[in-house]
Amino acid sequence: MTPADTLRFATRAATGYPLRTALMVLAMSIGVAAVVVLTALGDGARRYVVNEFSALGSNLVIVLPGRTATGGLGLGNLITSTPRDLTVRDAEALLRAPLVTRMAPLSVGNSEIAWGGRLREAMVVGTSGDYVDIRAFRMAEGSFLPREDLGRAAAVAVLGTKLREELFGSDPAVGRMVRVGDRRLRVIGVLGKTGQGLGMNTDELVFVPVATAQAMFNTNNLFRIIVEARSREAIGPAKQQLEDIMRLRREGELDVTLITQDAVLGTFDRILGALTMAVAGIAAISLAVAGILVMNVMLVAVTQRTAEIGLLKALGATGRNIRLAFLTEAALLSLAGAFTGFALGHLGAWGLRLAFPVLPAWPPDWAVFAGIGTALTTGILFGVMPARRAARLDPVQALSRR
Amino acid sequence: MAQIELSGIERVFKLGDSEVHALQELSVSIERGEYVAVMGPSGSGKSTLLNLLGLLDRPNAGTYRLEGRDVTTLSPDEQAEVRRTRIGFVFQSFHLVPRLTAAENIALPLMLAGIPPVERHTRVAQALQDFGLEPRAGHRPEELSGGQRQRVAIARATIMRPAVILADEPTGNLDRSTGQDVTHLLEELNASGVTLIVVTHDPVMGGRARRRLMMEDGRLLQDVREPAPA
Ligand SMILES: Nc1ncnc2c1ncn2[C@@H]1O[C@H](COP(=O)(O)OP(=O)(O)OP(=O)(O)O)[C@@H](O)[C@H]1O
Ligand SMILES: [Mg+2]
Repeated sequence: MTPADTLRFATRAATGYPLRTALMVLAMSIGVAAVVVLTALGDGARRYVVNEFSALGSNLVIVLPGRTATGGLGLGNLITSTPRDLTVRDAEALLRAPLVTRMAPLSVGNSEIAWGGRLREAMVVGTSGDYVDIRAFRMAEGSFLPREDLGRAAAVAVLGTKLREELFGSDPAVGRMVRVGDRRLRVIGVLGKTGQGLGMNTDELVFVPVATAQAMFNTNNLFRIIVEARSREAIGPAKQQLEDIMRLRREGELDVTLITQDAVLGTFDRILGALTMAVAGIAAISLAVAGILVMNVMLVAVTQRTAEIGLLKALGATGRNIRLAFLTEAALLSLAGAFTGFALGHLGAWGLRLAFPVLPAWPPDWAVFAGIGTALTTGILFGVMPARRAARLDPVQALSRR
Repeated sequence: MAQIELSGIERVFKLGDSEVHALQELSVSIERGEYVAVMGPSGSGKSTLLNLLGLLDRPNAGTYRLEGRDVTTLSPDEQAEVRRTRIGFVFQSFHLVPRLTAAENIALPLMLAGIPPVERHTRVAQALQDFGLEPRAGHRPEELSGGQRQRVAIARATIMRPAVILADEPTGNLDRSTGQDVTHLLEELNASGVTLIVVTHDPVMGGRARRRLMMEDGRLLQDVREPAPA
């Protein structure tokens, strides 16, 4: 019996019992579709979070004062019990690192803002003109802080959109003088709506030049410095360069902490990746169940077709011929199930994307291969036993069964 | 040398503690081209004998030589090969595969033998013509009459040009006239040189055979060579 004939014979057998075949293909396809849809959901969530983080600005290294790493009780630790201030001069020095493109110092404090009799609590952020580009913010009105010497305490302010709304309502804001703390500042711009960005809502902030903020809060210390590396790949080396610069400025001792956005992202990436795997694992169990179903259906098929098996033996079929025929049939059914499931799963993922446009719900390739692969292997593995049983049937007794 | 030589064949079925001697001390030889009817009461071992001759079953003792070769000691695959190439079966209940058409049922032995589709096609077409089944080629068994079904089964049994045709009550499920047609068909094949061994309860059909083996309790009671007086 040639392989082509075996295949044709098995196909005829599978299509000869349409209801049975349809049910089995359905069971198998639900398993595969579950793998595809659930991993699309999990991976979609992962990609959504990663994208959200990337929207914070890309390739960032954040410098904070103080060393949070667990250093031993070294001599250095004893000498500098309190870390030195992180200053604007430090920030300017960081810009000398070759792999750094932009930098924004941050000085933060709480104050009040008043205009035309209206008064509001507000968080004041002192920074540089590059901040708007690093965070990829859009201006709604006017312009952001000027790019000038960081030591210049210009009396200007940029408002978040919500703050502008609350203070000015429908009145024009740009050009007006507002009072922030004990200073009078000119509003030169209003940020576009940015939404929630991890913790503080940018729409409620007042941005002023860093020197202005430091004078206002009477401090030299920076809250942190945000540094942008040339590219994603450059983040690691850039961090190294920044550390070298800081060490040089601190007589060889590193009393700042550098956080890369990558590290934070990586954690989320791993958590959601693991979640996707777990979900895929659960879906794979449904595939194993489908495999057991294949076995039972094939066992029933062997019983149903006992007389036929006896006949084939009488006509000179070898045990191998019969084994292969039934195994091929099981494989065909799982194959049909796997590809139906693949199509159904993609349909489901498409539906998800339609229902939640923000979620990039595409099933990852590995999950698709794993789903189809598991379906085929379980189908074939569980098809072996019925096929062997068929091949071992005693022809005389098989023929006498009707 | 006879085509079929059985000597000292025993076939015992064990049912719990009791033993059924389906065949005992059976020795018989059949020449190429003979027409043999196997007769006897129910349970006398006729089907058991036929299954043995067709290598579907093995004896507990004795030897079976087919065309000079001891076939009882062959491996299962070698036995399958002998069945495929030397033996054609015809059953009382036809045993057609229900989902396959008449033509596909006839082609089954060719497919199992791995004969290429082109040759298969011409041989099946010839068989359909020989057995007057051309208009029924694409019909499935459920769409055929009993006589047509048995003709399909006979076409299938002969498509590999076997040396021996074994028929177990081939007319048992047919009415008298279609049964006669089938008998004539088998006799025509025998006339062309194929050995024909038929199990039958019908004395008329048995009477047409040139040799009758009368069985009882698994033993060969009588071996009658001449046509019985009508
Ligand atoms: N698989 C089996 N297990 C046990 N006993 C069996 C088996 N096959 C046949 N027998 C017994 O062997 C004896 C001969 O059976 P066999 O089928 O050869 O009879 P038969 O002559 O063909 O009868 P019938 O005319 O009814 O077909 C019977 O007693 C039967 O019960
Ligand atoms: Mg019988």
